[in-house]
Amino acid sequence: MAKLQDKVAIITGGVSGIGAETARLFVKEGAKVVLVDWNDQNAKSFVDELTGQGGEAIFVKADVASEEDVANVYKETIDTFGKVDILFNNAGIGAVKPTEKLTYAEYRKTVSVDLDGTFLVAQLAIKEMLKTGGGVIVNTASMYGWVGSPGSAAYNAAKGGVINLTRSLGLEYATRNIRVNALCPGYIDTPIIPEDYKQTLRDVTPMKRLGTSEEMAKAVLFLASDDSSFMTGNTLTVDGGFTAQ
Amino acid sequence: MSKRFDEQVVIITGAGSGLGEAAALQIAKEGAKLTLVDLNTEGLEKTKEKILKVAPEAEVLLVTANVANEKEVKNYVDKTVEIFGRIDGFFNNAGIEGKQNLTEDFGSEEFDRVISVNLNGVFYGMQYVLKVMRKQGSGSILNCASVGGIRGVGNQSGYSASKHGVIGLTRNSAIEYGQYGININAIAPGAIMTAMVEGSLKQMGGDNWEEVGKEFVKPNPMKRFGRPEEVGYLVAFLLSNEATFINATVVPIDGGQSYKY
Repeated sequence: MAKLQDKVAIITGGVSGIGAETARLFVKEGAKVVLVDWNDQNAKSFVDELTGQGGEAIFVKADVASEEDVANVYKETIDTFGKVDILFNNAGIGAVKPTEKLTYAEYRKTVSVDLDGTFLVAQLAIKEMLKTGGGVIVNTASMYGWVGSPGSAAYNAAKGGVINLTRSLGLEYATRNIRVNALCPGYIDTPIIPEDYKQTLRDVTPMKRLGTSEEMAKAVLFLASDDSSFMTGNTLTVDGGFTAQ
Repeated sequence: MSKRFDEQVVIITGAGSGLGEAAALQIAKEGAKLTLVDLNTEGLEKTKEKILKVAPEAEVLLVTANVANEKEVKNYVDKTVEIFGRIDGFFNNAGIEGKQNLTEDFGSEEFDRVISVNLNGVFYGMQYVLKVMRKQGSGSILNCASVGGIRGVGNQSGYSASKHGVIGLTRNSAIEYGQYGININAIAPGAIMTAMVEGSLKQMGGDNWEEVGKEFVKPNPMKRFGRPEEVGYLVAFLLSNEATFINATVVPIDGGQSYKY
């Protein structure tokens, strides 16, 4: 039986990478999906791909760091599907730059999307889920929420924040049937990583390979489904062993 | 429809009760051939009966063994290879709770006994199973640690030391074997209502153990015990081909308990 039959899932950062792969898997498992992205390039063709396979999907353009945009995501979701069962709180940005060259505006931008945005989208999800009796939130943190790395101060600080935000929300709503967990991906094979850099990343990963978006999607599905019903405030690290070294 | 464990061979220790039994039922439903190991032969037979009710086609090999005895561990691994030809998954789960008391009263014999089952037993199992998996170039191992292997719980010196040890062993070997296509992880169950937890509660509360149980889960964020089948789902996920990039990870399943304090 499909694991997410008739569930309504919001997926931020849902048009590319881990978000898009998760949307494909969620639709296959019976969910109706709301794809959220600040960039509407490819959005229409991706919605067509999902609906072409018999799924139900809509796209809502939004900057997750904007209160107004996030409120609109929930308005559109409720207008179209009537409820929110699952939030995959996945939108994020990051760039490598030495800290002495980073402007405060750049720092703020990263933290506002990766941490503030994660909070904002989760907060409104919780309000909706309290109305219907519960739901599930999966935040995308990162293995760089566990360990440090040079040139990523803002991103790493935000992702560390997402991990403890996850713990705190998980505990706060544990008796109200809202589970909150986080995915901590390691190095994933996406087009963002330059080809000539991939071998370096394989070499430093104990499994000697990069993860795939499909593998991340399967972990998200586990956390979003009833299969993880006794897990909350928890993190699932999927990094081939990188952070255990 | 294809199932996650079709054509796969999985060994589960401590399969005569509790989490091992729950994992065996879930993984059998999903198509695996199983070697079930336990010290208690009667428990193994009961688990097999339950399996055949939910998965009548399942092939199940029962091996009575004390996991603290290296020869007996080698035997359950050898038997599995002899009968099924390979090992795809290994839930290295057998464990005992040990006495509940202050460290000064715990006693060195009790300490040795708990370590020999919970830590030596896990090591022996990995040692023999890894030889097979490395030749195959694939496989998944899942060790059973505990919230008591992450946090200090109190009144369980042997158990805590052994379960912290299991986590260290998991991380160490996962780093070694990741390159061979083998992933090794641990789960850290919290308060799950199994016979072992019932035993601990009885040590604490005697006839009054159910009341003690209610008090015991009060600080748990979800304010309930977990069910063995909830652990079964997690074990099945982590041993399946859906978790192939999860390596050297410790996954608590505890209603949020390990993140609370």
